[in-house]
This record gives sequence, structure tokens and C-alpha cells, in this order.
Amino acid sequence: MAERRIRVLVGKPGLDGHDRGAKIIARAFRDAGFEVIYTGLHQTPEQIVSAAIQEDVDLVALSILSGAHNTLLPAVKEIMKEKGAADIVLMAGGVIPEDDIPGLKAAGIAEVFTPGTSTETIVGWVRDNITPHA
Amino acid sequence: MTLAERVLDGDIRAAARLMRDIDDRFKSAIEELKTLYPHTGNAYIIGITGPPGAGKSTLVDQIVSAYRKKDLLVGVVAIDPTSPFSGGAILGDRIRMNRHADDAGVFIRSLATRGALGGLSRSTTDVVNVMDAMGMDVIVIETVGVGQDEVDIVSTAHTTVVVMVPGLGDDIQAIKAGILEIGDVFVVNKADRDGADRTARELTTMLEMKHPDPAGWAPRVLQTEGARGVGIEALVEEFDAHHIYLKESGALQRLIEERNAKLFADTLREELFETVFGAIKGNGKYDEILAGMRDKSIDPYSAVQEVMAGRAFP
Repeated sequence: MAERRIRVLVGKPGLDGHDRGAKIIARAFRDAGFEVIYTGLHQTPEQIVSAAIQEDVDLVALSILSGAHNTLLPAVKEIMKEKGAADIVLMAGGVIPEDDIPGLKAAGIAEVFTPGTSTETIVGWVRDNITPHA
Repeated sequence: MTLAERVLDGDIRAAARLMRDIDDRFKSAIEELKTLYPHTGNAYIIGITGPPGAGKSTLVDQIVSAYRKKDLLVGVVAIDPTSPFSGGAILGDRIRMNRHADDAGVFIRSLATRGALGGLSRSTTDVVNVMDAMGMDVIVIETVGVGQDEVDIVSTAHTTVVVMVPGLGDDIQAIKAGILEIGDVFVVNKADRDGADRTARELTTMLEMKHPDPAGWAPRVLQTEGARGVGIEALVEEFDAHHIYLKESGALQRLIEERNAKLFADTLREELFETVFGAIKGNGKYDEILAGMRDKSIDPYSAVQEVMAGRAFP
């Protein structure tokens, strides 16, 4: 019967080609019972937001190891706002210095996970913070 | 405005939300689908099926490009399997096609099978109908990677494309029943690999053994290299030829009739089950039956007959 399933887009914006982390997160989300739309490498912010809208996801989880997080993540959030999709939660993980996290949060990135975080912690955060669209 | 009105108005988010309501089996979606139904029936629907790893997503990506060059609006429904253990899924078909994500003339939706066995999800037909009502000229459905017997695509698509690759088995595989019987177009993808010509030849031989109807459609075997875009133009021309054949021979009307009948039967089956099952669960009859089966005082066959005869549903 009618029951919302959490849908998450997992992808990698920008130019770094290290998708191991993104794949592990995708797998952990699958095992948690979420539907994961995996868009793969080298996505532009525009592609990510369009895909998130077409797939009607609750959460966009981006993995960045290139160092371009301060540019790419706020850009994704801005395009979400432009396209009337600011309600989609944006989360990120990767090699992101602690000093950058407050700025990212101020720009609308809901949470940032850094290396060493367990998949349980991340799945738990999603369960606690994501309510699927009514 | 209702979701359906917003869909007809070109609102992408509304369409995406409605597809989710359909997939999540919200009652409200039924009302929206009622509104959209008169606006369906205009799109040309192509079904792409074949074993996992045959290159279906890459081919779909190329087919989308080919139709976009003709300035047609394209919808894609891509289906991947649901985990039988967690109920979750990794829907990865977009990896091959996401370059079309920010093209406003393309709408791609990934669906999980959620337990359906025929190669599609239960929601596929309704999601296709939403895309149809959105005004998509062409809708491409990519099934999950199939084995031999997942043939639901035939009753959903106008043109069914079976994608094979070299080296999947000997020619006896080609004469077995199942997906090799359903193709209107056959593709040997990854045609740069060894054995492509042989696979194409075996498929052609298999197809020629069918009793040919001189007025009917004779499926052909085409070779493609999806990753490099080789053979795509010929493939899309073949789709056009099949579409024209369907229209001119009257076969299209028959397909539509079959599709309508199936959609009605599926909807009725679900509605009946939900109504009856919901009622007997609500009034305790269901627990009674299970208890009876436990001590063998009732068998499931009599229990069902009793439920139906007693009209233990509103």
C-alpha cells in the first residue's frame, strides 16, 4: 500500500575521478532500503539538479575529493533555488577541511561528512533528517 | 491546480512528483491519472530489453541523441532491480545518459522493479502515460537486464528491441522460447568484439525459421557499437520503418487494444485484491484463515471460495 520510499541521488560533481566513496555510500543506502539514483562521475551542477528534479529525490548526496567543494556545492544549492527545488536536501562527503564546513553550511549544505565517518553514521543521519515528501 | 493540471501545463516537478505518487501507490495518483488519460496515446513507445551488460543504457543514450537531432521530445523510463533483502535499489542507468539531464527536451526517470518479475515495474505503464501526457514524442523504456522469460515489455511498447552481445551462448540459446521471440528489431551490440558476425548470423537464421508472413513484419538483425555511436542511424531508421508498418498494417491499433485490455485487467486485479484483502484483514477473517491453515482445519482453496462467496468485503 501507499508508502514513501526515500529516494537519494548520489553523484560526483566536477573533475575528480575517485568514485570509490560514492559507490560505498550508494551501496550503504541500498542496504538501508533507500532507492539510490547513481549518476556517476563528472556531473555539472546543472545536470545534478535536473536529475534530482526528474527523479523527485529527497536528498542529493555528493562526493567531492577535488578540493572544489567551496565552488561546486553552493552552485548546486543556488541552481536548486533557481529551479524551485530548494526543498531538496543537499549533503556532501569527501576531503573537505573542517574550516570550510561552517561556510558550506551557511550556503545551505545540510551536512558534510569527512573521511573516517562510518556508513552507519551517514545512514543514521539520513534517517533522522530526511522526511520523504508527503 | 492539481498535479495533473500542472503536468499538462508543462510543470516538470509536478510530473516527477506524480510519477513518485504512482510508484508509491498513492490513492491520489489514481485521480490524477484519470485527468491525464484523455491526453495519452500520442507518443511512440520503444522498449529496449536484453541481458545485463548488453549495453542497453548506452544504446538508449544514443537513441535519445538521434531523436533530439530530429527535434523530437524524448522520455526515458529506465528500470533496475530492487534488492530482495533491503527493498533498496541502485538505479544506475542514468550514468550512461545523464549528459541529457539538462536538455529540457528530455525527461529521464529511473524506476526500481519493487518485486515485479516481468522486467518492468508495476508502475511502468502509468509512468509512461504521464510522459505521454507531458507531450513526449518518443518514449524509450529500458527493462532490467533480463534472462530468458521477462517479456512484459511486449505489451507496453510499440516496438520491442532485443539487444544481444557476442559470446553469450551457442545457437541453441537462440532457438529457445522467450525474449528471442518478442523482438521487432534485434541488435547485436558491441559489434567490434569477436564473434559479432556469428551471433548476428545465428539470430538471422533463427528468425528465418519462423514461418514468414509475406504481409507481416520481418525482424532484422542490426549491429551497433553503442559506446561509439556506430549503427545508431540505421537503428533509428529501422524503428521508423517499424512504426510506419504498424500504422499502415493496422497492427498498431491491435497493439493499442491489447495494451488497453491489459491496463484494465491489471488495474482491476489490483483494485479487487486491495479491496478484498484490506476488508478481510480489517474484520479479522484473515487471521482466522491463517489460524485454520495452521491446524489444517481449512485449506487455502476453500478459504478463498468462502471469502468470495460470503462477499466478506464491502
